[in-house]
Amino acid sequence: MSRLDPVRGSAEPVEHNARTIAALAVNPGCDRRAVLDAAGVDKRKTARHLGRSGAFGRSPFAQSRENSFADLVKADGAAHLLRLLRERFGLSLSEVAYVDVSDAGADRRAEVRHARTRTELARAAEGRETTGTLFDNPMLKLDVAGYEVYLEPRVIAFQVRGRFHVVEIKSFPIVDDQADAAQVSAAARQSAVYVHAMRCVFADLGLDPGRVSHEVLLVCPKDFANHPTAALIDVRPQLSVLRRQLARLKRIDHILDGLPAGFTLDLRPDAAGTPTRPAAELRTALTTVEARYAPECLDSCEMAFFCRDEARAADRVEALGRSVREELGGLESVAAVLALADGTASPTDDQQEIAARLRHVQLLYAEAVA
Amino acid sequence: MSVLTSLMRARAVRRGRALPVATVRHLHLSPRPLVFVPLRLAGEAAAPLGAMVGADPADPRLLVVPQPRNRELRFAFMAELAEVVLTYLDGFGAEPAGGERFADAPQILVPNPKGIAFIRLLGRSTRFRRPDGPYPVPPSVPRLGTWLTFLAERGEHAGSSLLVALTQALGAHWATGQSAVEDGNLAAQLGWIDPPPGLTGPEAADAAEDPLRTPPAGPDTDPGFDRLVLERSIAAYDESGSPGQVRAALRTQLEPTWASMWQAVELLRRLPDAGSVAGRWERDRTAFTREYRRLAEGGAPQGRRDGAVGAAHRLARLEAAQQEFAAQCAFDDPLAMVEHLLSGKAFRGTVVEVDAARRIVPPGGKRASCRPLVVVEAADPVLIPPGKTVRSPRRPRQRAEILRIEGNRVTLQLLDGMGRAAVPEPGSVPEHGQSVCYADLDLGGGRRPPLPALEETPWTHGGPPAEYVPTDDDALEAWS
Ligand code: SF4
Repeated sequence: MSRLDPVRGSAEPVEHNARTIAALAVNPGCDRRAVLDAAGVDKRKTARHLGRSGAFGRSPFAQSRENSFADLVKADGAAHLLRLLRERFGLSLSEVAYVDVSDAGADRRAEVRHARTRTELARAAEGRETTGTLFDNPMLKLDVAGYEVYLEPRVIAFQVRGRFHVVEIKSFPIVDDQADAAQVSAAARQSAVYVHAMRCVFADLGLDPGRVSHEVLLVCPKDFANHPTAALIDVRPQLSVLRRQLARLKRIDHILDGLPAGFTLDLRPDAAGTPTRPAAELRTALTTVEARYAPECLDSCEMAFFCRDEARAADRVEALGRSVREELGGLESVAAVLALADGTASPTDDQQEIAARLRHVQLLYAEAVA
Repeated sequence: MSVLTSLMRARAVRRGRALPVATVRHLHLSPRPLVFVPLRLAGEAAAPLGAMVGADPADPRLLVVPQPRNRELRFAFMAELAEVVLTYLDGFGAEPAGGERFADAPQILVPNPKGIAFIRLLGRSTRFRRPDGPYPVPPSVPRLGTWLTFLAERGEHAGSSLLVALTQALGAHWATGQSAVEDGNLAAQLGWIDPPPGLTGPEAADAAEDPLRTPPAGPDTDPGFDRLVLERSIAAYDESGSPGQVRAALRTQLEPTWASMWQAVELLRRLPDAGSVAGRWERDRTAFTREYRRLAEGGAPQGRRDGAVGAAHRLARLEAAQQEFAAQCAFDDPLAMVEHLLSGKAFRGTVVEVDAARRIVPPGGKRASCRPLVVVEAADPVLIPPGKTVRSPRRPRQRAEILRIEGNRVTLQLLDGMGRAAVPEPGSVPEHGQSVCYADLDLGGGRRPPLPALEETPWTHGGPPAEYVPTDDDALEAWS
């Protein structure tokens, strides 16, 4: 049994997918999130039980649009995709083979499909054909804090001239060769998870992980039509953040060592799955693990409202945003900022500069609004 | 984010209420703006779902697309929207030809920057359509698309007021006790600035963050609403052909934002116009007039994308507009000047010596001219090097050259703005004992960036761009 099981308690660990793993990397400095995620605690349920759940969740329309576009791209033996790959990599019609990895027979279990994915990738990697091969429905595996997480990408791996590329299908459009920057970077974070997982498979097989390219082929609708187009994106920055965060989760023991004996985030669900643990008790347990709240959490972590309450109650400047905190000389509490600006507290040696600045601003402000 | 705004955010936390960070309003506010709150279907690029639009707070027009995946219905929506928006625009362009610009111009207000991005996409997806051919649309649809494109592009110019996102407008004038991320929610931002009676700022903002109590201001709808209400309403339409349920559902999502929009307008209206607002609005009027006349003469919709040089010109223009706007704000508003005082691009002080009668023969000149000397004892450290010309908010047209800086004593030589006579006009030279402020800020004034003209685009950048001629392909582009 892992040390993390008692932290989660009796519930099954929540399943990770590329989206949740990508989200891990958004606030890498947060111990609270590291513990919650490593233990597989259901953050959404936890937040709801504390009465602080936000507007998370996806619209069914977004979901169905994503599915229908992916179906279109993969229809007829991935005809659209083969066309894009030929265009992109300058291959002729006969040069691209198609392998459906999920064709493994009746046994649909993840381990079986993962084993088959490995075999197929190994075969392709050892062969030296100059033709391309497209792998549909691969099953990848990743170690997240000592747990094996299976990733079933709607994504496809493509091998050409000995190099492998991850292909990611997204339903946001590329209009006149431009796409929404936020959506592209979210896609890059997710693709990085697949690239990383595929590199792990390669390393495991004794192959050079560098053969999995950091360039991901992003397939999106072109303009306003349903017609797929593609662009290569470089996911190196996302990869390095992800690697760091996964390594950190492996060192979760350090964080656990600092927690009191018997520490648990168990919701104590009853037979129907309804949490029975007193909310106040759960709140106390959560607050023993240090958080590092910033407004970016609002878009990336289900615990955000809870952590924001805590940050605000503690008068933390960080709740106003990282750039505000930087402007205010890194001071931690609102009270400290105001005391220095009002001159009611004397600054320490390393606060002299920011104190003078704040008093100056305060004076100019008072003059201007007078 | 400036230190001033950051400090005021901290103060707002303590006070439980937003604080002003501007003493005047830096944008033009029309007496009759058109408020537009668009919604789109989640997961789709430019599928409108509905909108509330109008120039009268008491009489919004609700437009809906009962089945947003149906292309015909989408164009019907665009035609209805065109009716409202084009009627509004034509109200400003109906003047007889002649003068350089119309007396007034339209102003469209949307809740947030995403609303502007959506307008851009709507414009892009409709401006190439044609009233004839295989997929005919009403002629008003491409015309609307062209206008939306124009507005979205103009909206990128700092200080332009033809198309304004109200969260940004409010954020430029008030610091709330929350972060910029949360200020993206119009209702929450308003909660801090102008909470309803009996509530503190944070309490009001908290209520505004609950999508059940306060639906989001769009263009994205609340996923919970999509799941629990919208999906069913659209299915009902598919079955019965009656849009009633979708209309009712979208009304609940749009009405609160409609009210917030006008509340924001009222708040902004209470601020006096900044000095340079009229000048900037004049340029907006000129731009609108030109586009109006261009289209009236049968001008084509804007092309798909700028070429390399076109894009560089555009960027340079936007940057120049940004600098100029920042400078004008600082000259109009002592709170906007604070940032420059802190960075050393401006200084304040007291006039301690004046030689108003000084006349010299300027280098390269022939006759003696007025060049009064003014010595200022600066209250702030002066980081501007001697030789630079600076200006004062009190006399923005007058240039002063820094001759020497000794300790905190700055010696300035006035270069112009004193009239044509042999002695300076009364009041044109600062007086002994006066407090003054001088800044090294570029107020613009029409200097063009040193870039090749479009016709001279080097071959390395693709050569001169062909002028955009609408093609059949563009007109037939699918919008599925
Ligand atoms: S919301 Fe809380 S738990 Fe989640 S990342 Fe932010 S600080 Fe950590």
